[in-house]
Amino acid sequence: MNTERNEKNGRNNGSLKAIPSEIVRITRVIDETPSVKTFEFDKDFEFKAGQFCMVWVPGVDEIPMGLSAANAITVQKVGEATEALFKLNAGDKIGIKAPLGNGFSIGNGGRVLAIAGGVGAAPLRPLVRSGRCTTFLLGSRTASEILYGDELAQGTDLRIATDDGTKGHHGFVTDLMKEVDLLSYNSICVCGPEIMMRGVLRLLKEKSEDTNTDLVSRGQFSLVRYMKCGVGICGSCCLDPEGLRVCRDGPVFAGDIVEKSREFGTYSRDASGSRTMPGGH
Amino acid sequence: MVRIEKTDKVTAGGVELRNHMILAAGILGTTGASLNRILNLGAGGVITKSIGPEPKTGHHGPTVCVLDGAVMNAMGLPNPSSNFVSELDAIEDIGSKPVIASIFGGNPEDFSKVASWFAGRVRGFELNVSCPHAEGYGAQIGCNPDLVYDCTKAAVKAAGGLPVWVKLTPNVTDITASAKSAERAGASAVVAINTVKAMRISTELRRPMLGNGTGGLSGPAVFPIAVRCVWDLYEAVKIPIIGCGGVMTADNVVEMMMAGASAVEIGSGVLGLSGVNIFKDIAAELYADAGEGKDTVKAEDIIGCAHEY
Ligand SMILES: Cc1cc2nc3c(=O)[nH]c(=O)nc-3n(C[C@H](O)[C@H](O)[C@H](O)COP(=O)(O)OP(=O)(O)OC[C@H]3O[C@@H](n4cnc5c(N)ncnc54)[C@H](O)[C@@H]3O)c2cc1C
Ligand SMILES: Cc1cc2nc3c(=O)[nH]c(=O)nc-3n(C[C@H](O)[C@H](O)[C@H](O)COP(=O)(O)O)c2cc1C
Ligand code: FES
Repeated sequence: MNTERNEKNGRNNGSLKAIPSEIVRITRVIDETPSVKTFEFDKDFEFKAGQFCMVWVPGVDEIPMGLSAANAITVQKVGEATEALFKLNAGDKIGIKAPLGNGFSIGNGGRVLAIAGGVGAAPLRPLVRSGRCTTFLLGSRTASEILYGDELAQGTDLRIATDDGTKGHHGFVTDLMKEVDLLSYNSICVCGPEIMMRGVLRLLKEKSEDTNTDLVSRGQFSLVRYMKCGVGICGSCCLDPEGLRVCRDGPVFAGDIVEKSREFGTYSRDASGSRTMPGGH
Repeated sequence: MVRIEKTDKVTAGGVELRNHMILAAGILGTTGASLNRILNLGAGGVITKSIGPEPKTGHHGPTVCVLDGAVMNAMGLPNPSSNFVSELDAIEDIGSKPVIASIFGGNPEDFSKVASWFAGRVRGFELNVSCPHAEGYGAQIGCNPDLVYDCTKAAVKAAGGLPVWVKLTPNVTDITASAKSAERAGASAVVAINTVKAMRISTELRRPMLGNGTGGLSGPAVFPIAVRCVWDLYEAVKIPIIGCGGVMTADNVVEMMMAGASAVEIGSGVLGLSGVNIFKDIAAELYADAGEGKDTVKAEDIIGCAHEY
């Protein structure tokens, strides 16, 4: 996966197909936590868990968001566009380009481990909803920042860690990885702050070496980079050293590809293309 | 289909290329690693994102709308300015690679300053005097033949002997006026075209589809416009012409060449069915060994050949 090979959609006949921004109406706004809201809209998009959309907030900006359901996004308020989204109510219109990117590939059978930090739970939620997630390790700053109420606990074996110990394990989500038999999972789907994902990758590497099993490539990491176009033409989201586009060749990359990325966990680029610190949810 | 005889070496506008298909400016050119990838995927050469005298974050989104048969954009020339120079380190063995720096500025001093950062690191320059949606830059220069002359002259001087191409805007009454200025100022080639002024409105939102309001059109929809511009330029200037705008297939490359282009640039084509493999896929169809098929010709025999109709 994740190579130019899988991009081939057919023989080049000179055609170029539209990727429209569908104008949808918000039907419900759910307060998940003090800083996170889920927006449901009046159209279902066909998608795979891990695929994302470009959300057009009229008059403000167009920003990438994982699809947390066929008709929903889950948004953390961090800046201008997300603040503007937070002011919208049921009945307001936004534009959605979806589905974009590749999504998690979990095959047809097998055990799936999801590991999320904060709002990184959003693109993993569809795995739980479709009954495909065996175990879900969820990390959060504090109890009140945990997303989706009891929903996740009902669809999977949910284990929680909070930084301040207000719920579940007192510590990091990576600590929870020691409680489960990592070798028993066929796919390990990860989304969260880059520093957390780096911790997950490090543990998978250690376990791989200890057991002589390639757990690293069972890992699938959903990355965040500054996206301007979201469709693979502008180059703002490219990852060193291979130049893969997070929006089109990703956002989900296998652990062995992430491991080769010298920028993962160390730097990323801002809107101008200058290097800055890594992002993440 | 007309095919072109395979040769080891293609030279256009003073730059030695690997084939006739070059990655256009602003397309997947923000990082050195991405440019390196596109070279490895078979591009004949690559042009960087347009780099200017100060970092710019660009316009708010939506910045790109992909329509049926066309792309509309208003990126607003986002670029990291001099920070981009170190991106070139990611291009393996850059000394032997056909890498061209696209640069822009608001006056001749800007052009000479930015060019000086790249002199010695790249094989040539492309001056962007043709972006239709960047205040004070781009087409505001390209529409004024005197400014084109001054900026080209300044860049040629700063380029230290490297070839300088001037990329033209189609959003003028007569595209040949700026081209002649560029030629007089010492340009090694002209490139036609940058995007065509365009706009779409979301009827449901009652507002423009682009964050910037207006933007520029590219892709198959502008191919006939680009062919016409190349045609007009072929009759007006002696320096080589690089064709750009809507090239998607091998036959489009041949057509551009028959209009007068020595090579082509491809941008929006990366969103076609071949994706980033478009360079490789076109090359596989375009090139043949001498004598393979009746319609296999030498490139130089078809450049501008349609003018004899
Ligand atoms: C594939 C993908 C999926 C994402 N999924 C979610 C999700 O499900 N839920 C969620 O809350 N967030 C998600 N994000 C992050 C989200 O896109 C940013 O938080 C959002 O763009 C911030 O916009 P702003 O204007 O509010 O913030 P700003 O004030 O502009 O910036 C705040 C921070 O957000 C980053 N950011 C701003 N614009 C972009 C952009 N166009 N692309 C990427 N990062 C940007 C900035 O680098 C900065 O770190 C995702 C990002 C990507 C790339
Ligand atoms: C997203 C996007 C960004 C672009 N950025 C630049 C740029 O920075 N500098 C420039 O000279 N042209 C830029 N262009 C114009 C292209 O280089 C090219 O001239 C135009 O798209 C027509 O070619 P095409 O139809 O093959 O895309 C951009 C075009 C697009 C679609
Ligand atoms: S955001 Fe433009 S290429 Fe990925």
